Amino acid sequence: MATNIGRSTWQFDDVRILASAVAVGPKEGQGPLANDFDIIHEDMYVGQDTWEKAERKLFEEALDTAIQKSGVSKDSINLMIAGDLLNQIISASFTARYAEIPYLGVYGACSTSMESLALSASLIDSGLANYIVSGCSSHNATAEKQYRYPTEYGGQKPPYAQWTVTGAGVAVVGKGLIGPKVTYATIGKVVDLGLKDPFDMGSAMAPAAVDTIIQHFKDTGRQPDDYDLIVTGDLAGVGYPLAKEMLLENGYDMSKVYNDCGLMMYYPDQGVFAGGSGCASSAAVTYGHIMKLLKNKKINKVLVVATGALLSPITFQQGESIPCIAHAVAIENEKEE
Amino acid sequence: MSKSTGQQREENEKKRRYQQLTKKKRPNPPIVLNSVKAFVIGGLISTFGQFLMNFYVSIGFTKEQAGNPTVATLIFISALLTGLGVYDNIAQFAGAGSAVPVTGFANSITSAALEHRSEGLVLGVGGNMFKLAGSVIVFGVVAAFFVGLIKTLIRMI
Repeated sequence: MATNIGRSTWQFDDVRILASAVAVGPKEGQGPLANDFDIIHEDMYVGQDTWEKAERKLFEEALDTAIQKSGVSKDSINLMIAGDLLNQIISASFTARYAEIPYLGVYGACSTSMESLALSASLIDSGLANYIVSGCSSHNATAEKQYRYPTEYGGQKPPYAQWTVTGAGVAVVGKGLIGPKVTYATIGKVVDLGLKDPFDMGSAMAPAAVDTIIQHFKDTGRQPDDYDLIVTGDLAGVGYPLAKEMLLENGYDMSKVYNDCGLMMYYPDQGVFAGGSGCASSAAVTYGHIMKLLKNKKINKVLVVATGALLSPITFQQGESIPCIAHAVAIENEKEE
Repeated sequence: MSKSTGQQREENEKKRRYQQLTKKKRPNPPIVLNSVKAFVIGGLISTFGQFLMNFYVSIGFTKEQAGNPTVATLIFISALLTGLGVYDNIAQFAGAGSAVPVTGFANSITSAALEHRSEGLVLGVGGNMFKLAGSVIVFGVVAAFFVGLIKTLIRMI
């Protein structure tokens, strides 16, 4: 039964990630984690005629593959909790139309991956559902189109800009006997230190990640070294060292265990500026790479801290600063008896 | 929830310190290098324009007439490179060098038109193609109006 510990952490008793799947685009397929993804597309359009459809296709494929890998029949899945970055979260909702699974749409910008996983775990552990599919997607071209400029527009980006990951990650969460357990979720609060540059999301989001990580340690009584790996979602080359430094100032030495999904996703020479961003950054790394590491027992305890910048093109054009959020979920292998 | 003045001041100080820290830590665009690249690429585009102009003069256009086909050719090439997905890569390297000449203007219109093609010809392409270029036209016309006005007034005096 799920219980609340500390201010904003939920402790789960018996929830597992039964299976997960990831579908990605070409650039992600050329990155260092290529072997950890289920489906890699060579075509940014994924055989569709619009970018939006391409993102949905990735989502549908990840969903189908995850359900198939879990062995759970689609009819017995009680709920789908999903989201994405586009206006009115169309990718998630249209995928839910395709999936024909009861659906709750969520939005937490790039923190959606862990927001949906935390909600799924809480509903399962409190007995409201047996199986839930949880996931999110992002696409480089749809994000550019909505948040920045047309994809083919020739604007020069600063070196601290980030590259939105094209992909979708889906997990089947439920009670069962196999798969790593979801043990804790720490829900973050919105943090805004007044940064306004929409290209510099890493700096804007780092304080939110730090806030949630510290809250998680306080609520659970854990320390950085209790984990084999702690990852943030998409702080990338600029936000990652800032977060590390701020955590150290607060007495948490993360140096041995800390990494960032936005840095893990690509090789530095892939032309991605400071690194990856987007919902799919944390989703693809967690549901592809980290799940594989857990399965092979290379690591046993992971904390995923998905970070989201809750801005819109309207708010930054109106000169508002960028409110940010981070949600943390602990995923662990059961101790061998 | 209203905050006391002390809390507010403390918070503002925290924000100010963090903003300074990020400015110090993040890699800034290499302004000098970018300027050199912009100068070279912008210069190359302009030289190519001059070459085109000389060509049009050589096949019988007067110097005054040759400007129009020159600009049309540059616009065509820029639109083609945009459609082929190359122009944005050139621009990431060249910066202002490819943005300032007429080719940059053509790219902003073509890229917006391409991007919104899936939303239909009228509301998609027609409604969006001047999304970026529109402000150039608006402020160009406004500036021209005031310059014209000043010129007329000076002549009257």
